Amino acid sequence: MFKVLWTRLQQKRRTVSFPKGKVSLPERFRGLPHIDTARCPDHCQECAKACPLDAVRVDGKKFQWDLGKCLFCADCMEACPAHAISYSRDYRLAVRKKENLILDGPTLELAQSLGKEMKRLFKRSLRLRQVSAGGCNACEADVNVLTTVVFDLARFGIDFVASPRHADGLLITGPVTDNMKLALEKTYQAVPHPKLVIAVGACAISGGPYRDHAETHNGADSVVPVDLYIPGCPPHPLTTLDGLLRLLGRL
Amino acid sequence: MSGAAFLSIRNGDILRLKDVPHLAPAEFRDHILRGVDSGWRIVSLFGKPIADRYVRLYAVMANDRQGSLSLCSADVTDQYPALTGECPQAHWFEREIAEQWGVIPKGHPWLKPVRFHEVYRFGTDAWGRDPSKKILPGVTDFFQVRGEEVHEVAVGPVHAGVIEPGHFRFQCHGEKVFHLEISLGYQHRGVERSLIGAPAKRVFHYMETLAGDTTIGHATAYAQAMETLARCKVPARAQALRGVMLELERLANHAGDLGALAGDVAYLPTASYCGRIRGDFLNLSALICGSRFGRGMILPGGVRFDLDEKNIAELLSRLNGIYKNLCGAVNLLWDSPSVMNRFEGTGTLSAEACENLGLVGIPARACGLERDIRFDFPAGIYRLAQLPVSTYTSGDVFARAYVRWLEVQRSVDFLQNQLATMPEGPVSETLAHPASETLTVSLVEGWRGEICHVAMTDKHGHIAHYKVVDPSFHNWMGLAMALRGEPISDFPLCNKSFNLSYCGHDL
Repeated sequence: MFKVLWTRLQQKRRTVSFPKGKVSLPERFRGLPHIDTARCPDHCQECAKACPLDAVRVDGKKFQWDLGKCLFCADCMEACPAHAISYSRDYRLAVRKKENLILDGPTLELAQSLGKEMKRLFKRSLRLRQVSAGGCNACEADVNVLTTVVFDLARFGIDFVASPRHADGLLITGPVTDNMKLALEKTYQAVPHPKLVIAVGACAISGGPYRDHAETHNGADSVVPVDLYIPGCPPHPLTTLDGLLRLLGRL
Repeated sequence: MSGAAFLSIRNGDILRLKDVPHLAPAEFRDHILRGVDSGWRIVSLFGKPIADRYVRLYAVMANDRQGSLSLCSADVTDQYPALTGECPQAHWFEREIAEQWGVIPKGHPWLKPVRFHEVYRFGTDAWGRDPSKKILPGVTDFFQVRGEEVHEVAVGPVHAGVIEPGHFRFQCHGEKVFHLEISLGYQHRGVERSLIGAPAKRVFHYMETLAGDTTIGHATAYAQAMETLARCKVPARAQALRGVMLELERLANHAGDLGALAGDVAYLPTASYCGRIRGDFLNLSALICGSRFGRGMILPGGVRFDLDEKNIAELLSRLNGIYKNLCGAVNLLWDSPSVMNRFEGTGTLSAEACENLGLVGIPARACGLERDIRFDFPAGIYRLAQLPVSTYTSGDVFARAYVRWLEVQRSVDFLQNQLATMPEGPVSETLAHPASETLTVSLVEGWRGEICHVAMTDKHGHIAHYKVVDPSFHNWMGLAMALRGEPISDFPLCNKSFNLSYCGHDL
């Protein structure tokens, strides 16, 4: 007993003070990207050519970056001869509409909160059923980590439940494999109305690396309507937490 | 096992396709069976379609004690006499061959689909299924126990936790499980098939997401294969950094598993500390490459990110702090009778069963089998820095937990040494085009166990065939066997003690 208490003291308090406190992310963290097109050589398409999923397009002095496809992999950054591409440490990436995933300037239109009635229902208590539909277990792991003492998701009234019938919505990861489509549809139907759907990670948004495979369906919204898109491969736990809190109007 | 019938190779050797010994099907079968009898095991057994309705079967075998690998092949058309009846470790591989290529292993005792997809050779479905009808996952004839008081429990594909999908069927008598059958394939994304002819820029991202928690393991196996085929010498510093990343991946997952095992027996102190400590290890990976899962770190030819003095000092000091916390958290487990009572004697596998099923990684070492690629078939940094194999003998949940703990200590030791004595020099080398009509076997000890990639090139040096074997592919059957005779309520605990990958299996 003494040893248990002694260990408890040594382990200290570890919960981050998010959203109020300072966020610390490693120097090499790849968050919101940017292209300084002023530096782009004429007709250079090296970034577009290097991108594994054709998420980046540069057209003269304009660029378009599809964060729903982006794996935040640094292949483009490395291919750029002019060092015009950079990833900031801005982890806030969640949006409500798919078209808002297209970044074409310095900022992104971050997720708006739910409507009044939905917010009244879910702001202080949101129960989610997680469905992995072809996810590689990275998104799943970094969603799961939100329930640890570090992020302590439950202090925001958000939690994961075992049954879709106890849930207010689904949190989907993976490109939706053909073999999981029916299970996903059934799970969605089992959630009582009104319900929410959150797509986490490049796969769940666009199919990710598995886009256009015959065995997958290019993301959650090919099967069910999606209310919140959280980009990343996988998204940092803070990106997911930020998205959830924005959706509930708590940020 | 000797003679010209088998070619002896090493981890990371390049050989010409035409040098792979070619046997008659009966001879092929005979050699595998005799090999298994004399201490060899199947690392990979797969088919590759060749001209005129033929499928070429390749077998990669290992003898861990001798540290030798061997390779042979045989051509078959639509069937061959199954190995599984006499050699259970071929079980899953032969089902896969039947599903992918429509080649029937005649006399296979349990011939069912593995991943539930269409056959890759048109019109050769091993089960004669109607090609106009959709193949549904989990629709197969499950093993059933009959009797008045026997009941069946079906779980999944969607489970209660934040976890990947799979279907489990328990044949129970009261609480007691007679048999568990595991049916997977829900995560099947068609990776192997898409690898051939896929844009090169996408291939590496398949590797990083084959099993997301084993990003470094699979990415390293692929990089190693490509480097061998292109005869590229990877700089020493890159090899050391790969070792650092691989051990960090192991530490994060082992810490997480020890916490989850504690959680499954309702021992909350360790569960909550280790849940957090797992993240601390992931953050060390992020310090090195920006991603908690090591995404973007490995490149064919080396690594992408280097460490400076300041980074190394920070890594070392954080590692020491995390390790101290982890020791405190994990040692509580071994001191708590309530935990030990639940761990010991639960989900026991005998060394014999392990050997018969060809298990690898933690479940094998927890039965006392010394199987560890880092020791038996070392590549890269492990040729210079040897890690002793951590084993335990009881084969139960405790052994699988304790082997993890032993490995954690070895890995921390390895990291401290490597970070203190990092070789100088560049961290990557430009990769040439792969040699034409060659083959290589690339083995890496991922945190779950042995990862095997086999790559073959065509006459232009493009990838002509690529075979991935995740450790989970060997080990799922081990979980099913470990549950025999156990109460069904111990399934979560047994499952967690194996913690196998669904997507690594389903590909």
